[in-house]
Amino acid sequence: MIPAAILRATRSQPAFLASIVLLVAVVLIGVFGSWLAPQDPFLLDPQSVNQGSSAAHWLGTDEFGRDLLSRLLIGVQPTLLVAIGATAIAGVFGTMVGIAGAYGRPLVQFLIMRSVDIMLSFPPILLALLAVGFWESGVLSLAVVIGVLYIPHFARVAHAATLQVSRMEFMEAEHAMGASAGRVVFTAILPNILSPLVVQATLTVAAAILLESGLSFLGLGIVPPEPSWGQMIGTARGYLGQNPMYVIWPSLLLALTVLAINVVGDRLRDILDPRLREE
Amino acid sequence: MNASIAGALLLVARKLLTAFVQLLVVATLIFSVMYIMPGDPVLLLLGADSNPSPEAIAAMRSQLGLDQPVLSQYFVWLWNALHLDFGKSLTNGYPVANYVMQNLPRTLELAVAAIIIAALIGVPLGIAAALKRGSMRDTVLTSIATIGISVPVYIVGTLLVLFFSLKLGWLPASGYTDISRNVLEHFRKLALPAFALGLGLSASIARMTRSSVLEILGRDFVRALRAKGMSERRIIWQHVLRNAAIPIVTIIGLQLGNLMGGTVLVEAMFNWPGLSTLLVGAVSARNYPLVQGAMLAIAAAFILINLVVELLYSLLDPRIRRKRS
Repeated sequence: MIPAAILRATRSQPAFLASIVLLVAVVLIGVFGSWLAPQDPFLLDPQSVNQGSSAAHWLGTDEFGRDLLSRLLIGVQPTLLVAIGATAIAGVFGTMVGIAGAYGRPLVQFLIMRSVDIMLSFPPILLALLAVGFWESGVLSLAVVIGVLYIPHFARVAHAATLQVSRMEFMEAEHAMGASAGRVVFTAILPNILSPLVVQATLTVAAAILLESGLSFLGLGIVPPEPSWGQMIGTARGYLGQNPMYVIWPSLLLALTVLAINVVGDRLRDILDPRLREE
Repeated sequence: MNASIAGALLLVARKLLTAFVQLLVVATLIFSVMYIMPGDPVLLLLGADSNPSPEAIAAMRSQLGLDQPVLSQYFVWLWNALHLDFGKSLTNGYPVANYVMQNLPRTLELAVAAIIIAALIGVPLGIAAALKRGSMRDTVLTSIATIGISVPVYIVGTLLVLFFSLKLGWLPASGYTDISRNVLEHFRKLALPAFALGLGLSASIARMTRSSVLEILGRDFVRALRAKGMSERRIIWQHVLRNAAIPIVTIIGLQLGNLMGGTVLVEAMFNWPGLSTLLVGAVSARNYPLVQGAMLAIAAAFILINLVVELLYSLLDPRIRRKRS
């Protein structure tokens, strides 16, 4: 039923379809980027530094004469790995915390939800800055740091959804039949709170991409010479005068990707959970 | 009447308590993070390359109070922080509080300028979209807002620099001039960072304004006014916008706190010497007291702004007060 609704939406809404196509392409590039790259993305060429597009370099070169197109193609992977890893961490732990906050003992509930509130009251980029500023920065540590920072967001959503589910009659039936806590969580709660969690996951992927690229932009994320889009934008800022297209390409790709995720997220929310619809 | 005053006092007390606990937790977090992180501040201070003698290290350790038990260090630090004493910078021995006091107003100025820009753009666009719901105008404005939310602040900033300072040469690309030295130059340098920060926010303000106006437009009293034959113009100006104003203003106020996070990237890219620039520099230099002071100042500003905004609106609007309590 839900796949059918998604299929219907792709037919009636071209923006949704375009976004899905773009995201599939981005994921494919993330997986196969190093094979797709027409040239060696790490090959320095001091003869052709900061050039515009040409037959040899379709999108031009960077400040070391490296092929921009190739670097853009392999620069997707770290960003995607960080975003997916962070979302997985935030999703798994956030959901557990949220269910415990709604379904645990009253004291547990109180402690969990107050900590969630406090965590939410702090801008994630500041904590991320602190963490990556001191630790070795890389895909794994970025994914862990960003994932941990978004646990409270998931917990809040899972908490609200669980509270709603726990008022339903089938929950009473489960309890009356003497179901164990594990059974209740896995067969009664989880399947019924999945929709808002999926929507939250799309939001978290977008937020994680923005956070990773922001940190890389500041020079605190993905470490050169390994490229990521955010880091390329940060570097390209130093060469705005010589080669403005150097900053335009990664900016365009990053903005389009985040836009596509937001469009898909909006539509998924409408399809999965009509009650959450904005209007 | 008495009951409502008591209710209001209770609300204020509860919010103050919450803010205090939040600050305490954040302060504890900031303090403990410094101990989990690698790197020895004493070696940093003495210069690890100069191979300091063990006696010198021990002397410095006791001078900084680092030879005390962690718990007593914590309470001393907390007590000092309560008196706005955040210790001294490891690199030059200046009091951290001086740095914080110097940079905090600049960050606040940037955030306030950005929010004014965002409100001036976002609110009219949101109203315009809501009044013609479902029209071409609505679709275009809503799509632009979705795009605006998706474009990261540093891309907006870079494009602004590319266009307004490199191409047109109207505004300086980065930097800071103190207002006491040159008022015009001060605001010329404020313009691009404030717009970079404000544009993305204007998109979300437009979206939220649109849904608040739509919400009011759907209320029964609007239908009643229409049935009564009141002109559409009067309904909108006198009734709809007035009722939509409170949620809109609340949302904008709450964004001010969130902007404290947004300033991190904007300050870095425009060389705006605010708290975030201080923090980023201190993190890179592993200047622990400065990191702690800057973090605590940003957190405190964030929590206090949100506290004041929430208090003001919940006291001004009895409906919010009732809903929250």
